[in-house]
Amino acid sequence: MNLDSVIDILLLAFMAVIAIAIVRIRDLFGIAMLFSIFSLLSAGVFTVMDAADVAFTEAAVGAGISTILMLATLTRTARKEKPSNSKNPAVALIVVFVTGALLVFGTSDLPRFGDPQAPVHQHVAPRYIEESPKEIGIPNMVTSVLASYRGYDTLGETTVIFTAGIAVMALLGMRRSRRREDDEEID
Amino acid sequence: MLHHTVLRVVAKLLVPVILLFAFYVQFHGDYSPGGGFQAGVIFAAGIILYALIFGLDDTMQAVPPGVLKILSASGVLLYAGVGIETLLLGGNYLDYDFLAHEPTHGQHLGIFLVELGVGVTVASTMLLLYYAFAGREQGQ
Repeated sequence: MNLDSVIDILLLAFMAVIAIAIVRIRDLFGIAMLFSIFSLLSAGVFTVMDAADVAFTEAAVGAGISTILMLATLTRTARKEKPSNSKNPAVALIVVFVTGALLVFGTSDLPRFGDPQAPVHQHVAPRYIEESPKEIGIPNMVTSVLASYRGYDTLGETTVIFTAGIAVMALLGMRRSRRREDDEEID
Repeated sequence: MLHHTVLRVVAKLLVPVILLFAFYVQFHGDYSPGGGFQAGVIFAAGIILYALIFGLDDTMQAVPPGVLKILSASGVLLYAGVGIETLLLGGNYLDYDFLAHEPTHGQHLGIFLVELGVGVTVASTMLLLYYAFAGREQGQ
């Protein structure tokens, strides 16, 4: 067994433990922190898989910003989760098991990780690898694909973030800036 | 949060480094992992760290929400504007080859501008989200 798979197994085992802990505990603050650790571990998995850009994003967004936003939301809600009052936990368990079994069954058809004959490596990837140094001239191929070949998609993603910001501001508003408070005092 | 001396000192040391690292990730994205999205998130995280320790009011004075609103829109506008510019220069939408005499130079310039637009929008939107959530917590 080489070192990569040992690290993989360790990280995935930690992730499974944390996932079970998230389901079991009721303290929402603890859950938010565990989500953060979960993201950090999956960033580790992406790093082992040589997907540095994805790992970077996962660490910055999943472990960083979204934890802070969850904690900020927690200050507006209760600290403890209400005990669930589902009448039939067996049904939920069966649904989870069937879905999980289907997913595991689905992976049996997937090509091996890093298989050069896999369809995903036969489609447009060879062209990016061969032509992008000439066409784009940038060493980081991920940036070439994201910003140039797939420029429309990235424009769409940026628009999505902008739209999400507008939506949150329309729903929550910006009430507590200092200037407004001063105005109220003058009034 | 006035008495956490260790936190305040460490944050004062760390915040400039985090912001500088955000710029590195932004402008070095051509050569190493990273790009506008990650850089924007890191930049916002640095400012949010400042807000967590030194209070939201001081942060809102240093980085006013009004400016962030304009920046958040102008990042998307910069990205879309690069596309319009390539249309005007005779290419397809977002075809950076036409931005300079040499196609690869055009690609460099286009990717630089586009990533800058992404970074500006992401950083300012993340900060606006934080302001919107955290601003309501005090006394409402």
